[in-house]
Amino acid sequence: MQQFLDTTLGGLVLGAVYAAFALALCLIWRSTRIVNFAQAAMAMVTTYIALSLINADVPYWVAFVAALAAGFGLGALIERVIIRPVEGKAELNAVILTLGLFMVLHGLTAITFGVQHRGFPAPVSTNAIEVGDTSIGITPFGILSIVVVAVVMAGLVVLFRFTDLGLRMRASAFNGEVSRLLGVRVGRMLTLGWALAAAVGAVAGMLIAGGDLVNPSFMDPFVIYGFIAAVLGGLDSPLGSVIGGLILGLSLSYVTGYVGEHLAPLVALGILMVVLLVRPSGLFAAAAARRV
Amino acid sequence: MFAVEELSAAYGPVKALNGVTFTAARGQVTAVLGANGAGKTTLLRTVSGLVRSTAGTVKLNGKDITRTATEKLTSYGLSHVPEGRGVIAELTVTENLRLGGLHRATGSEPMPVGRVFELFPRLGERREATAHMLSGGERQMLVIGRALMARPSVLLLDEPSLGLAPRVVSQIFDLLRGLVQTEELTVVLVEQNARSALSIADHGVVLNLGKVVASAPAAELAADEQLRHAYLGF
Repeated sequence: MQQFLDTTLGGLVLGAVYAAFALALCLIWRSTRIVNFAQAAMAMVTTYIALSLINADVPYWVAFVAALAAGFGLGALIERVIIRPVEGKAELNAVILTLGLFMVLHGLTAITFGVQHRGFPAPVSTNAIEVGDTSIGITPFGILSIVVVAVVMAGLVVLFRFTDLGLRMRASAFNGEVSRLLGVRVGRMLTLGWALAAAVGAVAGMLIAGGDLVNPSFMDPFVIYGFIAAVLGGLDSPLGSVIGGLILGLSLSYVTGYVGEHLAPLVALGILMVVLLVRPSGLFAAAAARRV
Repeated sequence: MFAVEELSAAYGPVKALNGVTFTAARGQVTAVLGANGAGKTTLLRTVSGLVRSTAGTVKLNGKDITRTATEKLTSYGLSHVPEGRGVIAELTVTENLRLGGLHRATGSEPMPVGRVFELFPRLGERREATAHMLSGGERQMLVIGRALMARPSVLLLDEPSLGLAPRVVSQIFDLLRGLVQTEELTVVLVEQNARSALSIADHGVVLNLGKVVASAPAAELAADEQLRHAYLGF
């Protein structure tokens, strides 16, 4: 029972972070039909920016906000400068570009900051919480991670469901031409979509790095895990991405806890294969499949 | 008033519009007719800036809007309802309508969504439905209602009858006729269904291979048997 509780809590924390990352992929996929393979590298860059600030004695939360802002700016810049010119051409062009960008960001970060591992602080303790004599499998930072991800999700829900800006963004993503005819500045909305996605990715980066070591490769596994989570839920569905992230986080946590850590990547790929075979549009893509 | 003068457009080497000229009088329905491929849809898309014009001008209430960005046209009072019932299928009926009202004609009062539901009670019943659940006729009502949300003075409609049952077509055209009076609209109605279009139009323009071959009051066109046989298919 104790172990089950521990692995479940651990899985939820992991899942929340995967969910944030999958959500970032989903936001970009929905608006521009591009799988952004540079997402992890972008989040890595913003995390390094935060680390430099923290090392310069800037308070943690100021650095956190700075990482978010840097992600926002980086996302907008990349959409405008790199993605926009290949818009409307073969979709593969943009995907290859994001792969190239992944390598460029990797290289630039290594040159600027070095490749050695560096400690990344956390704003709260990363030791397991103790109840009485036994420690339970969740840390204050883990709880904080879940809260932060929940706040980000809630913010996005409010933005997309209840604001005019969110309505413009959704309309632009679903039907650019009709949106333009209705007066929506679609180009601007797509830029904003990339910016928001990169900011969400930056949050994921900060949560993954907290209390751990970072080097230019620390986000690389998330290229795969975030993608699997997003595909699991349905790349088109933000809610699906979140649930996909939680399912993946829990599954991997159970596998790690009960079987062995080394099996986790294999199970992740297994989940991806099964989803693609049985339900390629993802678990929550029903509405998209019915599209006329 | 809405005027097109010597408007031309091309898809690569193929001239799709070749010096098209006509005016749509205020408060009237002007039908643009012609066979498939005559350039009707291209005409509207060129007016909206979705296709780049190679020559000619488009004027809206005396203002030259020829090269204006597509996104700005609703603020000038021009709304284009594209072919194929361009509802945004993933959004609800109400969201589609709200979207239509976000960028309305400069200086106009916002139109309450409820007003559209008065005009189209059927949409009111389905206000929370996602647009992909709607029937063809309901979709057509939705895109017209959505265009009205922008408070246009000129409404461009591309093939509203496409794929609809005759009963639904006459219902929609009746509604349109009523709107022209109540909302003081100038309507440019592109139609392949010439018989129905002429029944509600004041004026008709016939296109063939990108050129205007006839422009006359609707009743006159409907009475011209030779023209009807040659270009209008009835």
